[in-house]
Amino acid sequence: MDTGTIIIGLTIFVLACFAGAELISKVPQTLHTPLMSGSNAISGIAILGALLATGRPEAIDAESMLGFFAVIFATINVVGGYMVTDRMLQMFKKKKRKKKE
Amino acid sequence: MSTVNIIDFVYLISAMLFMLGIKNLSSPATAKLGNKMSMCGMGVAILATLASPDMFGYTMIIIAIAIGAAIGGYAAVKVEMTSVPEMVALFNGCGGAASALVAMAEYNGTAPDAFAGFTIITLLLSIIIGSLTFTGSIIAYTKLQGIISTRPITYTGQQIVNAGILLATVVLAYMVFQNPANGLAFYAIILLALGLGVLSVIPIGGADMPVIVSLLNSYSGLAVSMTGFALNNNALIIVGSLVGASGLFLTKIMCDAMNRSLANVLFGAFGAVDETAADTGEGPTGSMKGFEVEDVAIAIENAESVIIVPGYGMAAAQAQHVTRELGDFLIEEGIDVRYAIHSVAGRMPGHMNVLLAEADVSYDLLYAMEDINDDFSTTDVAIVIGANDVVNPAAKTNPSSPIYGMPVLDVELARTVVVLKRSMNVGFAGIENELFFKDNTMMLFGDAKDSIQKLFTELKG
Repeated sequence: MDTGTIIIGLTIFVLACFAGAELISKVPQTLHTPLMSGSNAISGIAILGALLATGRPEAIDAESMLGFFAVIFATINVVGGYMVTDRMLQMFKKKKRKKKE
Repeated sequence: MSTVNIIDFVYLISAMLFMLGIKNLSSPATAKLGNKMSMCGMGVAILATLASPDMFGYTMIIIAIAIGAAIGGYAAVKVEMTSVPEMVALFNGCGGAASALVAMAEYNGTAPDAFAGFTIITLLLSIIIGSLTFTGSIIAYTKLQGIISTRPITYTGQQIVNAGILLATVVLAYMVFQNPANGLAFYAIILLALGLGVLSVIPIGGADMPVIVSLLNSYSGLAVSMTGFALNNNALIIVGSLVGASGLFLTKIMCDAMNRSLANVLFGAFGAVDETAADTGEGPTGSMKGFEVEDVAIAIENAESVIIVPGYGMAAAQAQHVTRELGDFLIEEGIDVRYAIHSVAGRMPGHMNVLLAEADVSYDLLYAMEDINDDFSTTDVAIVIGANDVVNPAAKTNPSSPIYGMPVLDVELARTVVVLKRSMNVGFAGIENELFFKDNTMMLFGDAKDSIQKLFTELKG
């Protein structure tokens, strides 16, 4: 990997760190749990690397087997994370102050 | 434009969708949309990766996705809302494991002499962080579930042992850096990192778990980012650092809410049973006054304003629904009812908000501490449901208290404070609470759900 690629990668890394912190600071306390489980689902993006590791080798070898398990774990993270976040967010409702019986 | 360029471009779009997704989480009204955008970002990135030209076969991928989706989906649908913190910890552990496994696959799939120095460093970081996130999250899960003790587990020389393991890991990592073909050192690193995850989380008490879950979330993002560097994949770098930074920021918000440093949370073994505290004689004097439901009901009936303060006890007793019924009934009676939520109440940031939302409490009735603290002095009754340390006045008055300086809810300023508590025992942090001994405090002992139900029946009758 040449130095130019490394520098570009580091640039992206630092800028994305700032963007992440900036975005989070706007989220109110009420939504901190969905935020955590939502951003946790996002970190399942490791699935991209897992897919490549599984799909690239021409035969089943150590790389593709490790990739296979990585895909399973990452999918649990992604699917579970998004679904539980969605379930929580469905519950956040604003209602009329006076409830009629 | 080559296929690889197109894929990179799609990754950019997916990164934008993730950012817009988090941005939309800043209001409950747009949060659902935000989560959908984030899902789209993930879907688009996965499809683009599958379309990559060097993909050979899809059978194993389809099988793995089916297994993962079934497990993740089942867990997400089945989990009780009170158990969301541990579920998030578990999902997070899976993310850490995935990053570590991807890095291991990359190590196996590349000829040792083909590794650039920078690649091997990031690969090793990805494995170390991913592995310790995996085991650390599992320990956090077992602690939150009560499978192992929520009290800090400590022993002499604990921090020396941990530092030793860390040092050994660094030395081995340097050996692999020097000679990437050193497979033995490589796998030893994985074992050490897995061990470090366990050992660094066991000394942390249950009350600090929100901070730890958030920190581990940050770690898993960081691991993904490092994997991205190793694979030279921009999507992983961007998204990983986004999650890493946001997790760290959330961790800081929570540490601030407890007025403690992150180092103190990680190494302070907070909540270890402190024998010396009992001898100082500075503990609250007098006795707790247990009241009957009838007395409490009279106090509430005569109130014009009520603030409900939920804590972990409400979650543990699954009392959120009866709490809402009680709240709604009081509103119908013309009483001004609000809910005061401390940011570290419960076992996850915003845990109480989710539970009350589940029980159908309108979110505009929920107030953060800084928005409601001034109103306690003009409130007739504050009802504390299973909260302890977050309402402990010692945080303001007693410099020798372990929680001194932590911002707390000023419930003791209300004319009457009703405290629903399971027993006379101290809270998670192991500290006596002088609030329970105050003259204007009415203690109602028993299971929170049970107590509220009785109170509700009494009020209606």
